[in-house]
Amino acid sequence: MTDATTSRPWNLLFACWLIAMAATLGSLFFSEVMQRTPCVLCWYQRIAMYPLAAIFTVGLFPLDVRCVRYALPIAVAGWLLALYHCLLYLGFIPENLQPCTQGLSCADVKIEVYGFVTIPLLSLAGFTSLIALLLAVQKGLKK
Amino acid sequence: MKKVFIVIGATLIMVGLFVFGMNWYKEQAANAVRQIAASNDSPLHRPDAPMIGTLMAKVEIVEFFDPACEACREFHPHIQSILERYKSQVLLSLRYATFHQGSDYVAQVLEAARLQGMGIYLKSLEAVLAAQPLWADHRRPQPELVWTVLDNTGLDVERARREMNDPRVLSRLKQDAADMVKLNVRQTPALFINDQPLQDFSPEGLAAQVASEVRAAYKQ
Repeated sequence: MTDATTSRPWNLLFACWLIAMAATLGSLFFSEVMQRTPCVLCWYQRIAMYPLAAIFTVGLFPLDVRCVRYALPIAVAGWLLALYHCLLYLGFIPENLQPCTQGLSCADVKIEVYGFVTIPLLSLAGFTSLIALLLAVQKGLKK
Repeated sequence: MKKVFIVIGATLIMVGLFVFGMNWYKEQAANAVRQIAASNDSPLHRPDAPMIGTLMAKVEIVEFFDPACEACREFHPHIQSILERYKSQVLLSLRYATFHQGSDYVAQVLEAARLQGMGIYLKSLEAVLAAQPLWADHRRPQPELVWTVLDNTGLDVERARREMNDPRVLSRLKQDAADMVKLNVRQTPALFINDQPLQDFSPEGLAAQVASEVRAAYKQ
């Protein structure tokens, strides 16, 4: 770890781990503490985000850069879902395509807005930075 | 290894932030409720809502409940035993939070029963909650089935069927729905003890919070 070639990927993966953990705890805060019922799309994004927190934890000890291979497709899937969700929010996708139809979540859609920052936007930002960091790890290895 | 401590430290910080945020959020929510309750048109004080207990009581529990909600059914006997225990000191105000499909129908039936007297209302409430598994299937609720269990309550079914659409009944439910939004009620049962939200969501938590309110209100 004193070696620069191993500490750079470790640092990048550590950043990934921080993002995944923050996103996991943050989403749990919204649903468990603030009692905002997650809609279907939120659940799909959670399905992508939560295992990433576990994958990065394992990948850090001992450092295993191959975890990028496993993490990247999951992060991309989450990113696509987040993008779809954001477009839905902004009205680019007609509302009748909105899959949030279960129980309470539908009626509560509007509460997800905090100023201009919405939960799907946070999710999109999280997945985007994860993908960028993972690509940076991969690029560093090829050199 | 140093890195292990970094990760453990970061985990502790994040979990710490989570817990801190949780307490902060609860405190904010409690403050908001206190403020709303202090206003002239307090959504926590509706004299025309069903009241159980003596009006002289210094401790008031306000329960927003859904007749179709399993947790409300579970809480019900615990609340009854609290009322029993502090007979002249605790008053229960029942409010409807009809989240589930079909439970607004049942709330209307209950309010129609109340028009026939508090005794009949209480018996009907018991019967409806007891029969909840029968009529309140979440995928296929059959609220009309509640009539089948109201036979032995002394309820005049003909009259209740007519009066469940009475303006008094409807305006009562409308008021509760509006108050629920004001109070940010998102789950049932939502319990308030003397204008403060229940802190620890469990029958024991409720009993403890009521006990401390009773102690504070009746100490001499």
